[in-house]
Amino acid sequence: MVSQYGNDKGASSRASSAPPLPGGALAPDGSLPGQIAKIGMLGLAAAVGLWAVFPLYAEGRWIGVATVVAVTALIFHVYLSKRTVPAKYLLPGTLLLVAFQVIPVLYTVGTSVTNYGDGHRGTKEQAIAGIEATSVSRTADSADYTLTVAARGDADTGDLVFLLTGPDGSAYAGTDEGLAPLRNATVEDSGKITEAGGYTILAPGEVNRRSGEVEEFAVPTGPGSGIRSSGLSTAYEGEAGRVYDAGCDCVTDTDSGQVFTADNERGGFYAEDGQRVSQGWKVGVGLDNFVRFLTDPTLGSSFLSILTWNLGFAAGTTALVFALGLAVALTLHTRHRLRGRTTYRLLVVLPYAMPSFAMFLLWRDMFNADYGLLNRLLGWDLDWFGDPWTARAAVLLVNLWLGFPYMFLVATGALQAIPRELVQAARIDGAGAWQAFRTVTFPLLMVAMLPILVATFAFNFNNFNAVWLTTEGGPFPTDNPMAGATDLLITYTYRLAFGEAGAQYGYAAAVSVFIFMIVTLISVVALRRSKSLEEVHN
Amino acid sequence: MKFRSVGVLAGTATLALTATACGGNDDGTEAPAGMVVWASEERVDVLEPFAAEFGEANGVGVDLQALPNDELQANFVTAHEAGSGPDVLIGAHDWIGNLVQNNAVDPVQLPGETIDDLDETALEAASYEGQVYGFPYATESLMLVRNTELAPDAPESIEELVETGSALKEEGDTAEILSVMVGQNGDPYHLHPLYTSGGGYLFGQDEHGDHDPTDLGVGTPESIEAMERIAELGEEGEGALKRSVGNQNALALFADGDAPYFITGPWDLNEIRKSGIDYDISPVPGFEGAEEARPFLGAQVCYVASGGENKVLAEEFVTNHMTDPDVAAAFYDAEPLPPSLGSAHDQVEDPDLAKMAEAGENAEPMPAIPQMASVWDPMGKAQASIIGGADPENALRAAEKTIANEIG
Repeated sequence: MVSQYGNDKGASSRASSAPPLPGGALAPDGSLPGQIAKIGMLGLAAAVGLWAVFPLYAEGRWIGVATVVAVTALIFHVYLSKRTVPAKYLLPGTLLLVAFQVIPVLYTVGTSVTNYGDGHRGTKEQAIAGIEATSVSRTADSADYTLTVAARGDADTGDLVFLLTGPDGSAYAGTDEGLAPLRNATVEDSGKITEAGGYTILAPGEVNRRSGEVEEFAVPTGPGSGIRSSGLSTAYEGEAGRVYDAGCDCVTDTDSGQVFTADNERGGFYAEDGQRVSQGWKVGVGLDNFVRFLTDPTLGSSFLSILTWNLGFAAGTTALVFALGLAVALTLHTRHRLRGRTTYRLLVVLPYAMPSFAMFLLWRDMFNADYGLLNRLLGWDLDWFGDPWTARAAVLLVNLWLGFPYMFLVATGALQAIPRELVQAARIDGAGAWQAFRTVTFPLLMVAMLPILVATFAFNFNNFNAVWLTTEGGPFPTDNPMAGATDLLITYTYRLAFGEAGAQYGYAAAVSVFIFMIVTLISVVALRRSKSLEEVHN
Repeated sequence: MKFRSVGVLAGTATLALTATACGGNDDGTEAPAGMVVWASEERVDVLEPFAAEFGEANGVGVDLQALPNDELQANFVTAHEAGSGPDVLIGAHDWIGNLVQNNAVDPVQLPGETIDDLDETALEAASYEGQVYGFPYATESLMLVRNTELAPDAPESIEELVETGSALKEEGDTAEILSVMVGQNGDPYHLHPLYTSGGGYLFGQDEHGDHDPTDLGVGTPESIEAMERIAELGEEGEGALKRSVGNQNALALFADGDAPYFITGPWDLNEIRKSGIDYDISPVPGFEGAEEARPFLGAQVCYVASGGENKVLAEEFVTNHMTDPDVAAAFYDAEPLPPSLGSAHDQVEDPDLAKMAEAGENAEPMPAIPQMASVWDPMGKAQASIIGGADPENALRAAEKTIANEIG
């Protein structure tokens, strides 16, 4: 196979001694446009590498830096070397596969053994800082001070000083050592101090630049209490209601005296009576999430029925869209002149072109028992989403309507690729229309369609939107609000992990690992089968 | 040898390219000074002039960013965790529990005069574990809107409402007795006034006045009794509550004149006015001879993010700038949620405001504890199936089991 740029001098001279390599333009001695493209692409790779490396370097993430350097070096090696021809083809796909498939799977598995989720997002240090910061409250007898933030010396680096005006108009200077009366200060009516000897008054922008320091700053007024800022111009006397002690690894509530001890296995501070402090942190929990999923009380009773319906839904959708798509494709594939064939095809494809999100919601409303279009049009009094079987039929119907145009497109393409002479020959040999279709067209068609059918099945196995946007998994039996008649595994687990007590990513990840295994198993089996079929037809 | 020189050339060229690439990239030492505010789109529009004024007064830029309301909380928590969150967040008060357990917001010290001027229930809504998290600038709660042409008088009780509504329905004047969202999977928010009137509650309260997750009201005899009374209004009873009325058609039913009564909140008021229906507003009535109906009160809160880089400015903005009654009045003009500052009420000239405030007088703050997230879904499904004719006790016991299992 001679490449597009194969008439280049270098390539043709090589061609005399050895067979030309595929993709010669990207080989080291390819044509000029090929070289330019190559330089451009490698430049892009290096630029992306550099762009990624600097923030990683700044954060001191050395593993990340090493990975970026290694991948960039690998790209350069592969595309600058003459010997790595197969790798030139495999590398982009492999890198993308690793980046978008392998890493997310590994990350999911990694997350599944933690308690990561709402209330357990950060580190223990962050949790402690949060507990102490949110416990600071105004002391009962606190005065309202008007605050002017100042500094000793330079506005950006000098030690912070809070210039305070009390309710009676007297002025103080508050430092980290305590309060001292302030003389020679110019005090405005509002209480703001505009000038004070020896201090540099900070402008709002300057205060904001030192936000972190200002927030931390407290003028000590007693054990545990201090005057703190609230915004730019007010200050109050406050004390921390909860204090962390590293000695006992516990948080003490100064008001009630209650002690919350850290439980480093659960990632939270717990009191003896089981009460816990809201803020927790992320810890490894081993296989707890998997155990929790497998021992969930609703799982045992509903898993099998959900899995059965899930398989039925995916298989049913695939079969229905295939049958309808193929039937329409065959109808429009007639040899006879058909007026407006293109228009028909456009009309058939229309549902596929609409945003499915909106279509699901529209269909949901059409199934409304009292006000839905379907019942009104047909004069029925059917509670579509109230009965398990009508709800299932409704979901399948919606999915059929949205899915068949795609099958129609694929089938039309495949039909056009089958030479009409084959069917004509079969007809001449005495086969009827049905027999010709069954023995000639259909088997040829299936070679092209089978992978699509497997993909359709896999997609619909996890078709979250089709269920969540129509029935939300319902109807639900009165005694179990967790597992509905149209629930797929993915909607059921979504409800378990997100629908209830906030986002529980660790638990959700564990459940995802289960679903991943189920889908993998089904896909492997399905692909094996389709492969064996292909061998028969070839 | 030729390929080698080409390789070198390619290498040099890429280095040159990367040099220019990083040339454009290494000015990232100083982030542009500016306070970032996240709010829903309508609110961003309202805030525009006030933010500009604040920015000018303090010599800083204020960047207002609009996000869809239903994504605000989750995006905020995620962004906070990644260290790229805003400085100020405007959203509902029942997010507080989740925001606090994720260390995402800081308590604020509201000025004394603001607290004196503030509606007590609104302050209670913004309080959590003894602290006030943000400034609650407006409140919302359910009210009864009636079509005065069909139903001239405000009903004293739900029985009176059903009587008038049924008569209208029988005469063919309307298609429904009442329009209130139930939907296929229930809506505990919209059913709460009737649920409380029947004696039901969701969570008891602890010493802070916060809701107590260990005292769950779902499945108690009171809740069963309340739902039994509600079942009488359901599909097997009077037919005033129906699963076929949900968020997609509740407003349309009233606006088209197909329902004489509509239980909804102030957020639908603009649309009701546009429909041209003659309406009036009154409190949601309770059952005859039973407790008062207590709708949920939701407060819209201006939060200070704990991870913001401009926290001092954010505190200043929330405690001293957002508390200006002019801001509340401007918000009211865009979306008629009753302001929580008494002084802002004087600035609004709208006869509906006093009626909405009256309808919200009995309202109780929606629980802000994170455990509330476990209640909505099972409770809604239980209520929907009871309205559809299921046995109240069975349904509530199942919901109780599910909720208790989730809360742990």
